[in-house]
Amino acid sequence: MARRVGLEVSLACAEAAKLANVDVVAAYPITPQTHIVEHLAELVADGHLDAEFVPVESEHSAMSACLGSSAAGARTFTSSSSQGLALMHEILFIASAMRLPIVMAVANRALSGPLNIWNDHSDIMAERDIGWVQTFAENGQEVLDLTLHAFKVAEDARVCLPMIVNMDGFLLTHVIEPMYMPDQSEVDAYLPAFAPQQRLDIAKPISMGMVGMPEVYTEAKKASLEALLGSYEVVKEHWAGFAKQFGRSYKPIESYRAEDAEVLFVTMGSLGETCMTAIDELREQGVKVGSVRIRLWRPFPVEDFLAAIKGAKGLIVIDRALSPGVPTGPVATELMSLLYAKGLKVPVHNFVAGLGGRDVTRADFKKMLDKAREAFAAGGEMTCEMVGVKE
Amino acid sequence: MSIAAEALKGFEKITPKSIPLVEPLSRGHRGCQGCGEVLALRMAAKAVGSAMIAVSATGCMEIITSPYPQTAWEVPWIHVAFENTAAVASGVEAGRKALIRKGRWADDGAKVVAFAGDGATADIGMQALSGALERGHDFTYICLDNEAYMNTGIQRSSSTPWGAGTTTSPAGKKSKGQTTWKKNMAAIAAAHNIPYVATASPAFHLDLMNKVKKAITVPGPAYVHIFSPCPTGWRCAPEDSLKTARLVVNTRIFPLYEVIDGRYVLSRDVKKPKPVEDYLKIQRRFRHLGPEDIAVIQKRVDQDWQRLMALVKATNPEASAE
Repeated sequence: MARRVGLEVSLACAEAAKLANVDVVAAYPITPQTHIVEHLAELVADGHLDAEFVPVESEHSAMSACLGSSAAGARTFTSSSSQGLALMHEILFIASAMRLPIVMAVANRALSGPLNIWNDHSDIMAERDIGWVQTFAENGQEVLDLTLHAFKVAEDARVCLPMIVNMDGFLLTHVIEPMYMPDQSEVDAYLPAFAPQQRLDIAKPISMGMVGMPEVYTEAKKASLEALLGSYEVVKEHWAGFAKQFGRSYKPIESYRAEDAEVLFVTMGSLGETCMTAIDELREQGVKVGSVRIRLWRPFPVEDFLAAIKGAKGLIVIDRALSPGVPTGPVATELMSLLYAKGLKVPVHNFVAGLGGRDVTRADFKKMLDKAREAFAAGGEMTCEMVGVKE
Repeated sequence: MSIAAEALKGFEKITPKSIPLVEPLSRGHRGCQGCGEVLALRMAAKAVGSAMIAVSATGCMEIITSPYPQTAWEVPWIHVAFENTAAVASGVEAGRKALIRKGRWADDGAKVVAFAGDGATADIGMQALSGALERGHDFTYICLDNEAYMNTGIQRSSSTPWGAGTTTSPAGKKSKGQTTWKKNMAAIAAAHNIPYVATASPAFHLDLMNKVKKAITVPGPAYVHIFSPCPTGWRCAPEDSLKTARLVVNTRIFPLYEVIDGRYVLSRDVKKPKPVEDYLKIQRRFRHLGPEDIAVIQKRVDQDWQRLMALVKATNPEASAE
């Protein structure tokens, strides 16, 4: 039976990797990811986890070692953040192209400069097109659950793609939360040992990572794309299986008091919890407001999102990253492109908030709502503004 | 420290009669005529045999052997990127180690062997290599050194010798080509105190194959630096490839030696060295050099040889006492 525990979320993430009985952890330390890999190193050192902990000399080598280890047929885990994720950038694309089911926890943090170790989503927004399956966790329980789910999806023969679980640095990674910690037997029932589709085996030699001439490159990319799009059904299927095994259910898009809402906040990650508190207060004042939260970020759950915003008269999309030089933040840009493609004329007001660890409070949500409603009423064009900028 | 010496006790040498017939790297690759690098790679692969997992850096050897859907590799082979070969190899090794220990994979005795060019080793891949050597993974790293970025069109690397003309160190009115001296990668590898380091040249094929065999026999990291003539990039005749590989040793420009548990052992004592000019004059990458430049190179080669002799002497105290 699962135990109810109070645990730092980073440790919960590491415990999930341990419950998944990972074979190799190759990692390089970076704040705020450190507690995850420290705990894994400790579990290995104390004999609680039988794995090779490879303390590499950089994140570039961390991801490279992960590719090697996964190609050897080992269940492979790593974790990074910000500059470290950026240093991995080159290899991330190759990991998905080579169809290696590595699982990575990303403790989301701002990118330099100026140097800033605190939370926002600029690191992962620079890695939108790497071809990995990606989810965003809202709280500690979700971090634990999504990490277990990630192995199940990534290694599924229909997917064979690497997967990232995003969690807000500090705001999630460094807080102690109550959660249900499953038993090893429960996890084993959900997640059997890794059975790779292909591996480096002298009995059955294959060449991995070959040159793709112009005659085959397009087809190779198309095959990867289809695998990513196809992972959508598998993601949902393994959430259904998760609910059956552990009793907690997850959806690609989560809604809160959205049924009759005129205005919907769109958030990702831990911001969703503050948002829900703000919505409760606004609802008490009679404001018809709700929220939708994007849990599955890649592949983007188009139909789930459209269903979730149905009936809304305006969307307030909150980005935790800038997309310099275009009118809106990265999430808003994508959503508007989606709405346009579907012929939907839902007004969108975009805010860029919570950069580099700046708090986003309930009061901020109320201010954002006021501004957006004014804009919606005026029928004005879509705008984007940065929240809380000191002029 | 005698890890390598212990492991090499009773080492069975490859002799002219026992050259392995196995060809892990098959015919039909797309190498240039006279390529000394693919020749060295073939010899190294023969020495390792079929129980090899090859990890390749981006570069000539990677592109000529793996244009999808064709492959010249008869053994499992993986290529990820340019600068990370040692890191990928360390992951393969770690993955296998864990699976074998956990009883999920039978120990098939496969050797993890990384291949990379000089740019992928001495420049962009130096950090990954240093990390993998320091961590002590059980793998062999083979640098196939053709002294420039040949795959991209003959640009200089830190392994390009002084005076060589390349497309990014061209000789001109105000330049004599490469202005820096060749980086000593074998010494850098040896500085990691790994059990086995060696230099080799395809002109001395038995020596090369035996060094690779020793490298895979020794537990822990091993590094073999192989001089690999590139007629295309060096502007020499394809048929002179092996002549170049022989002359570079016989002029003392590229001495053949091993570093076994830190002990320097000369593989070939060049007692009567040929003048460096003999080596330089058959390659048009050096054609702009005058007698005074050649004298500068000769002086440097003599100094480097003396330093190597001093290392041999210093690390073999018993031998010098005799």
